[in-house]
Amino acid sequence: MSSPNSPMVGIVDLCKRYTKGKETITIFNGLNLAIPRGDFVAMMGPSGSGKTTLLNLLGGIDRSDTGEIEVASERLDRLSESELSRWRASHIGFIFQFYNLMPMLTAAQNVELPLLLTRLGRKERRQRVETALGVVGLADRVKHYPKEMSGGQQQRVAIARAIVSDPALLLCDEPTGDLDRDTADEILSILQVLNRDLGKTIVMVTHDPAAARYAKRSLHLDKGNFIEKELAA
Amino acid sequence: MRSIFLQILAVTTINLKSLPQRLWLSLATVIAVGLVVTVLLAFLAMANGFQRTIADSGAEDIAVALRSGSLSEINSVVLRDQVRLIEDGPGIARGADGKPQTSGELYLTVDGTKRSTGTKASLPLRGLGPQGPALRRGVVITAGRMFNPGTNEIIVGKALGKEFEGFDLGQTVTFNSTRWTVVGIFAADGSVFESEIWADLPVLQSLFKRVGAVQTVRARLINPAAIEALRAYSDSDPRLKLDVMSEAAYFAQQASNTSDLIQKLGWPLAIAMAFGSLAGALNTMYSSVAARATEIATLRAIGFSGFSTFVGTLVESLILAAVGGVIGAAATYLVFDGFTASTIGGSFSQVVFNFQLSPRLIGQGLLLALVVGLFGGLFPALRAARMPIVAGLYGS
Repeated sequence: MSSPNSPMVGIVDLCKRYTKGKETITIFNGLNLAIPRGDFVAMMGPSGSGKTTLLNLLGGIDRSDTGEIEVASERLDRLSESELSRWRASHIGFIFQFYNLMPMLTAAQNVELPLLLTRLGRKERRQRVETALGVVGLADRVKHYPKEMSGGQQQRVAIARAIVSDPALLLCDEPTGDLDRDTADEILSILQVLNRDLGKTIVMVTHDPAAARYAKRSLHLDKGNFIEKELAA
Repeated sequence: MRSIFLQILAVTTINLKSLPQRLWLSLATVIAVGLVVTVLLAFLAMANGFQRTIADSGAEDIAVALRSGSLSEINSVVLRDQVRLIEDGPGIARGADGKPQTSGELYLTVDGTKRSTGTKASLPLRGLGPQGPALRRGVVITAGRMFNPGTNEIIVGKALGKEFEGFDLGQTVTFNSTRWTVVGIFAADGSVFESEIWADLPVLQSLFKRVGAVQTVRARLINPAAIEALRAYSDSDPRLKLDVMSEAAYFAQQASNTSDLIQKLGWPLAIAMAFGSLAGALNTMYSSVAARATEIATLRAIGFSGFSTFVGTLVESLILAAVGGVIGAAATYLVFDGFTASTIGGSFSQVVFNFQLSPRLIGQGLLLALVVGLFGGLFPALRAARMPIVAGLYGS
């Protein structure tokens, strides 16, 4: 068992390959990475460099071929599918490029989804939903459906959904890729607040250098290896 | 446990709320299942109505005697001496005048024409004595009067009169080159006797050259248990080579053959159609899973279990099938329940009956619908549960 002081992410000698037809594509071949708790990391790199694959591996929704992946003190490579589901519910918040909200549910119902996996009662769930929507500045939009909201508002709902169960690690896949500059800045500011004030560890995949500047540091993936760049706070 | 229930509820809600996006495909499945249930229930209601009409006609305290080995009245012969022996048998009730309450009867078939289709059909013409009507439950003349003995007069069961032309009160019909006048219409508590034409026994025996013989003997018993004594009496006397049974047993046997046949036609047809609707249900549910791939993957990424997506998809399929089943049952009830039809009964003559749905039959129809829903949803639900999350999120 890892100690609570261990890094939020610890990857040792990770290998990941894909088979496409008769061709085998190596994404990672002996990758190593450590991300401390409370970090805000921007992962950049050209298309196909493995950014999203790494994010999926950290979130326990994809499997490595060999190597060790430890996230939030849990060895993901040793967990079964059902164990991974339970682990994700309590430790990970996902934020996607296209928000991935359920169009038939209201903002509040979307945000409540992760809480259905907990033992919380209805009243407590409702309080948490209101708090999470308040954090992202949408307390007045609880009964709105996604189609009634702008892209920026939808992404804020998605952020509220990601933080409502108070996970330690937020994984963001191009969270501003579908937004204009001003809206993107608003979203990134929210992420920055979540990192700075609430202590959330954030790993964000982005192509956008302006977005990366909101992170504490930037990791550039190239041919399956990292080149690290420190960023001014 | 509470969490998994909430997960299933959430997935099912999401699935059902997204149904409008797949409206036509979902409707096609509902209608296909509805048709299957309608066809099945129509056949079952037909069999049920036929069986009830015939089986309910029989009484436990009425004995029926036929020639040994005869499957029905039409191919039975009972001679005058045998009638007398039955009248003297044990357990036969006697009237106030001390006479045995028995009725020797002829059972013949004559031609009739259906009002609805104009097609020819064989109709039962029964010759009975003065005690004949009294040996049947609920016989009342609803129009006209009883035939007079010794005349070419007939009375007609009301179901037969409605279904076949030429039997209105006062009309004359020709049987065996003889003209007969309809002098009465009778009801008989909805029993099979309402599908018959009745005439005076001696007149029929004379005109149809059956003097000295009848085809059945009916006798009222002092109580239902007396049938055993009468049967033993018949079996022990070599002059009486007769099958003796209660009227209820006789009609139950007559009904089972035809209703079994109807059911044996109905179930295979419904099952064949069920396979067709199963293909539709599978198509709908696979489309549903494909359309919701991103939603399913997002829920799985959040931490929802594969089991909850499996059950949620299965419940969607079962609900669509159940809606189809209810619509099918309702359609059958509205269109067919009480619908009057006629078919050949055990004596090769027409029996008029009503289609009758029952809660048990509706239950069978809904069960078939749910079976279609279960198998239509099972494999798509497995696909939903096993879909790699990454493939669902990124379409690869």
